Amino acid sequence: MALTLDDVSRIAHLARLDCPPAQAQALLGQLNGFFDIVETMRAVDTTGVQPLYTPLSSVQEVALRLREDVVTETNQREANQVSAPAVEDGLFLVPKVIE
Amino acid sequence: MSAHLFGVADGLKALADKKLSSLEWTNALLERVAAHEALGAFLHVDAAAARAAAAQADTRRAAGNSAALLGVPLAHKDIFVTTAHPTTAGSKILKDYRSPFDATVVARLNAAGTFSLGKLNCDEFAMGSANENSAYAKVHNPWDATRIPGGSSGGSAAAVAARLLPASTGTDTGGSIRQPASFTGITGIKPTYGRCSRYGMIAFASSLDQAGPLARSAEDCALLLSAMSGFDERDATSLQQPPQDFHAQMLKARDGASAARPLAGLRIGLPKEFFPAALDADVNSAVRAGLAELEKLGATLVEVSLPRTELAIPVYYIIAPAEASSNLSRFDGVRYGHRCEDPKDLLDLYKRTRSEGFGPEVQRRILIGSYVLSHGYYDAYYLQAQKLRRMIADDFQQAFTQCDLIAGPVAPTVAWKLGEQGDDPVKAYLADIFTLPGSLAGLPGMSVPVGSGAHGMPVGLQLLGNYFQEGQLLHAAHALQRATDWHRATPKGF
Repeated sequence: MALTLDDVSRIAHLARLDCPPAQAQALLGQLNGFFDIVETMRAVDTTGVQPLYTPLSSVQEVALRLREDVVTETNQREANQVSAPAVEDGLFLVPKVIE
Repeated sequence: MSAHLFGVADGLKALADKKLSSLEWTNALLERVAAHEALGAFLHVDAAAARAAAAQADTRRAAGNSAALLGVPLAHKDIFVTTAHPTTAGSKILKDYRSPFDATVVARLNAAGTFSLGKLNCDEFAMGSANENSAYAKVHNPWDATRIPGGSSGGSAAAVAARLLPASTGTDTGGSIRQPASFTGITGIKPTYGRCSRYGMIAFASSLDQAGPLARSAEDCALLLSAMSGFDERDATSLQQPPQDFHAQMLKARDGASAARPLAGLRIGLPKEFFPAALDADVNSAVRAGLAELEKLGATLVEVSLPRTELAIPVYYIIAPAEASSNLSRFDGVRYGHRCEDPKDLLDLYKRTRSEGFGPEVQRRILIGSYVLSHGYYDAYYLQAQKLRRMIADDFQQAFTQCDLIAGPVAPTVAWKLGEQGDDPVKAYLADIFTLPGSLAGLPGMSVPVGSGAHGMPVGLQLLGNYFQEGQLLHAAHALQRATDWHRATPKGF
């Protein structure tokens, strides 16, 4: 199965990447080259195999750990905003979203 | 001996014996870092802060402080966030970024008495195996400046190989500690998944990412790993185990061992898939020489099979980009990092910010990841890859019924020339074949130097252990390094 230029543009939009036509064309070749090697994987019979989402669960029970529901962080607004591109009165600025 | 030549263990001994001060050590290293700037190993150096930290360590030592690694100068891969230095992950999108906190690995190494000279170059968001994907500078291999140092921890490896540092930190998602260690003739260990906290390690693929040390010996790796690792409540996948003394585990004699045969009774499995007919002859013979030494030390070699070795490539390159596309969605130009000029609306802000900020390989992986997670493709790609991941992990458990450790090459070739792979990303993916299976299974693995191959370039022997068996890995590597000199080889001019 090969991807088309439309697929590349659609995925780029989903991934919030700007993808002009010339770049999409170059990417198309690279992505199709990649999905060629993926075909070997798709052909394997995995009926009845449980997916392995976290490595250690292949040998032991892995339970999600929950912490106590208590406040652990202190307010560090200024430190957290040091690297922000645009801040005013302690708030992050974004382009106007509501007309 | 010139101060820059000290490793971690002998440096600590010299500090304790008052034959060396941390400041002398640090000054010698800073001089070399400046002299070898062209290597591209460092992205940021703060000499004044390093000297101040060294002087403070000397004062603390004089006052009787006995922190395990007091006064050891290091540097961190630029994938660990640090308050003392900028953190970029090798990406333009994080240019000049300052973290409000230290990664747990960094905080623990600081608490053990180390300090950092600066930050080390790496592939952008740790995506790459040649360090050619850094947005800032390519890293050169100290053994041959026209060749790549490996990646993604390329700066970490080059700096240690060039004797600019006694040791460094790195991260390994699909081989990013083992492969550059192999390509630069140094020793590196990726521990069991969950051993080192991922808190403050800029996320690439969360179910695979692991931190570890790169150094010039197994012993130095053991000292660093003991300090770096341990349970951290801030990482949901952190292993809940008591702190480990990997140095003591490394030294512990095996039952039935003798001075001449320290590895007596150790069964080392050689997966036949790790020695294909197409394996470069020079790599094969260096690896075989390493295995012959392990045999002399008492180990027994047995053939095992990891039948899905080749499938690890597509499985990894589905899972890792899927996780990366999700992790990297946080870079939106709002809270930190690069933002495009004059965005006309929010969508424009996101798209242009990300396209300007991320390099080509990162964008490719985000696209692959978004595609395999998208509606209608999830089952065929992502779910199928996760099922195969279990089969690959099960293959290892099957192999470990016949052996204690698994050995083979780290990579099919020695380090290649800068620019040699052109713009065919798949070519580079295929070269990861021997490191990916262990990564997918989450097993601990090492690269240990075993001489040189073509063009005088170093070759690493990969050792893989079962879960939690870092001590056994380090024990075997240490025995090998006590009996041989491969790990002492130094590139010409360094």
